[in-house]
Amino acid sequence: MIVETDGMTDTLERARVSGQSRGEVIREICRHLVPFQTGERPITGDTVIAKDLTIDSLAIMDMVMELEDHFDISIPMNVVAEIHTVDQLADTIQKLCARR
Amino acid sequence: MGLFDRHAGLLEAYRDVRTTGYDPFQIRMERVLSPTEAIINGRKMLLVGTNNYFGLTFDPSCMEAAIEAIRAEGTGTTGSRIANGSYSEHVALEQEIAEFYGKKHCMVFTTGYQANLGLISTLAGEGDQLLIDADSHASIYDACKMTQAEVVRFKHNDPSSLEARLRRLGDRPGNRVVVLEGIYSMLGDSAPLREFIDVCKKYGAYVIVDEAHSLGALGDNGRGLCESAGVLDDCHFIVGTFSKTLGAIGGYCVSNDPDFDILRVTVRSYMFTASLPPSIVASVRQALKVVKARPELRTQLWSNVATLYEGLAAKGFKLGPEHGPVVGVHLPDRMTAIGFWRAMLDAGIYVNVAVPPATPNGVSLLRCSVCAVHTKEQLEHMIEVMTGIGRQLGVLDDRTLRVVGGAR
Repeated sequence: MIVETDGMTDTLERARVSGQSRGEVIREICRHLVPFQTGERPITGDTVIAKDLTIDSLAIMDMVMELEDHFDISIPMNVVAEIHTVDQLADTIQKLCARR
Repeated sequence: MGLFDRHAGLLEAYRDVRTTGYDPFQIRMERVLSPTEAIINGRKMLLVGTNNYFGLTFDPSCMEAAIEAIRAEGTGTTGSRIANGSYSEHVALEQEIAEFYGKKHCMVFTTGYQANLGLISTLAGEGDQLLIDADSHASIYDACKMTQAEVVRFKHNDPSSLEARLRRLGDRPGNRVVVLEGIYSMLGDSAPLREFIDVCKKYGAYVIVDEAHSLGALGDNGRGLCESAGVLDDCHFIVGTFSKTLGAIGGYCVSNDPDFDILRVTVRSYMFTASLPPSIVASVRQALKVVKARPELRTQLWSNVATLYEGLAAKGFKLGPEHGPVVGVHLPDRMTAIGFWRAMLDAGIYVNVAVPPATPNGVSLLRCSVCAVHTKEQLEHMIEVMTGIGRQLGVLDDRTLRVVGGAR
């Protein structure tokens, strides 16, 4: 698995805002997504969760529940519905962590 | 993109299901003979998947009441409850259900699905927070799509998971509405309701409990889990259905909330659909009388549950976590579940098959529902048939019968 993150400055900026390093957030998301990886295709920030992986909508919601408890945040279902990529999920998690 | 492209994954799963030659979602009951028998594919089948927990669909007193009502008031109301569709009998039924629960108010809906859909989406609105069990019924999930409230799932039957989510809301404004079910429809497990209620009280959350599968089955008077857990007064809204234990169709909601009646002009699934036909209202009223008058049906139901559950567990089947009117049998994967289901049909037994994505955690299940009027012989025959199929399909070990289920 290869994890690509945004530019370094961007990452640092977000980490500063949220108190939760983006690398850590991405790593945690990927840890949950690896079982659903298709072939050798790496999971990156651009991975479209529902399309590029073999994961159904229920499993996505279950994964979100695990992430919620890991980061001690709640991600409402209507927010989850708007999330498509790994990066968008990481953005949401960092934003909610910052508000905590 | 074609209209059905987005359903490509589901179509594939559906194709798998149909490879056995029978489509479990399009089984035709050619003739229903009794609560436990029907003609399917030209032959008599034992029915163990009908949610008909007390077998009241053929109760002579309920049938007579329905027939009389048709003669007296016709076949349908042709109107909604807020127009020409409220008859004296609808109001009487509401009073009787309210009395049954010892609650002040009751609203009757045309289906249980509509009761959940309308009630939940109306009670929780913009700025509110709706917290639902991860294994909630489709009617609860669909209600969530219709509300502006924030919706958060908590882990199935896990009060600490609910508590974490209520705690995270902190002092944010908005009503907290928690939705629970008495007995869950796939595995027959019941909610740790008392613990849930304690959490809800601590955080000032409103509680809605759906007793669809527990009405009649649980509680000294058959009121459901709220009664058996001793928390009737702590449940703000209790929802249920007439389509299982009461043997007809329809839904209801009871509550003590003084402003309850405002729901009659705000809940759209109540306002904009025709009301129940007189025959249904009459049979349900009679069925409720039978539930009150014949507690032995509840005893029989649980005795039958024990026969089926313990019988299957002893043979080595992996079952749901506890005795319940629904007995879910775990199978290793979708194709095995479908093959097993088909083999049972060939052997003259109808049960439900439940496969992903309709099941929690991607499990594949045979979903059996027990009826008070199943005979012990019928259920023992079923255990025998299932054991044979289980061995043929390699689900059960041929020689050593390991007990892998039955943890309670």
